[in-house]
Amino acid sequence: MITLSHYIVLGAILFCIAVAGLFINRKNVIVLLMAIELMLLAVNTNFVAFSRFFGDVGGQVFVFFILTVAAAESAIGLAILVLLFRNRSTINVAEIDSMKG
Amino acid sequence: MNTDLLQLICFYLFGGVAVIGALMVISVKNSVHAVLSLVLTFFSMACVWLLAEAEFLAIALVVVYVGAVMVLFLFVVMMLDIKQEVVREGFIRYLPVGIVVALVMLAEMLAMIGVKAMAGHTLGPNPAGESNVAWLGQALYTEFLLPFEIAALILTVGIVAAVALTLRQRLGVRHQSASQQVAVQATDRVRVVKVPVERPASVSPAPVVAPPQENAP
Repeated sequence: MITLSHYIVLGAILFCIAVAGLFINRKNVIVLLMAIELMLLAVNTNFVAFSRFFGDVGGQVFVFFILTVAAAESAIGLAILVLLFRNRSTINVAEIDSMKG
Repeated sequence: MNTDLLQLICFYLFGGVAVIGALMVISVKNSVHAVLSLVLTFFSMACVWLLAEAEFLAIALVVVYVGAVMVLFLFVVMMLDIKQEVVREGFIRYLPVGIVVALVMLAEMLAMIGVKAMAGHTLGPNPAGESNVAWLGQALYTEFLLPFEIAALILTVGIVAAVALTLRQRLGVRHQSASQQVAVQATDRVRVVKVPVERPASVSPAPVVAPPQENAP
C-alpha cells in the first residue's frame, strides 16, 4: 500500500538531488535551470500527495499554477540565457559578474 | 496479484527511474543528455502522479513540460555552442560539498517528516470521485477563477518578455518594415504637380493687344 510518506520521501530525495546539482554545476547555467525545474517537480509531488491525502482540491490547483509560472519562468530564463550567450559568449556563472554584486 | 502490492511495485519502479534520471541530469557531461534525462524524470514522475490519481496534472506535466518546456531547453542547448571541457571545470572540486549538503539536507528532511510516524497514513479513498478533471475544473473555474485569469496574464507577459528580450535590430541590413508599408498613404507615393497648359502672358515674346473691333463703333 502506498502511503503518504512514500511520496514525501521521493520528493525530498529529488529536492536534495537538485540542490546537489546546484552545487556541483557551477559552470553551466542550463543545468542550473534544470535543477530548478527538478526542485519544482519535487515540491509539486508533495502538493499532489497532500492534496490526495487530505482530499483538498487546493493542492492540485496550486500545482497547476506552479506549472504555469514555471513554464513562463523557464521561457524568460532561456531568453535571458540566449541574450547572455550572444553578448558574452559564455554561460559560465563565474564569468557573469558584470554587475559586481 | 494484489492491487496494493502492484501499485507499490509500480511506485518503486517509477520512483527509482525518476531518481536515477535526476542523478543523470546533474552529472552527465553532455547537456543534451542532461535534458533527455530530465525528460525521463518528468515522465516517471508523471507516472507517480498517476498512481496518486492526479490524472490531469500528470497529463499536463507530460504535455506542458515534456512537450513544450523541455523542447525549448533542447532547442537552446543545441543552439548555444558550449565547450564541454570548460563547462565541466570545478565539477570534482565542488562534488564533495554538493554531496555533503544534499545528504545532510535529506537527513534533516527525513527527520523532520518523521517517516516512521507517517508510515501508517495510507492515502485512502480518492476524494475526486469519478473524474479528477471534473473535480479540478470545478474548483478552478469557480473558487480559483481570478488566479486562473492571472495565470493567463502571466503567460502572456512571459511571451512578450521572451520575444522582447531576444529581438534584436540588426544594423547594416536592408529589411522591409511592415508597419511603414501598411501605414503608407496614396499621397506619399504620388505627388500631383500642377502644370499650366499654356505659357503665361508675361513670358510670351509678343504682348497681346486688344482686338480693334471692340473700340470701333
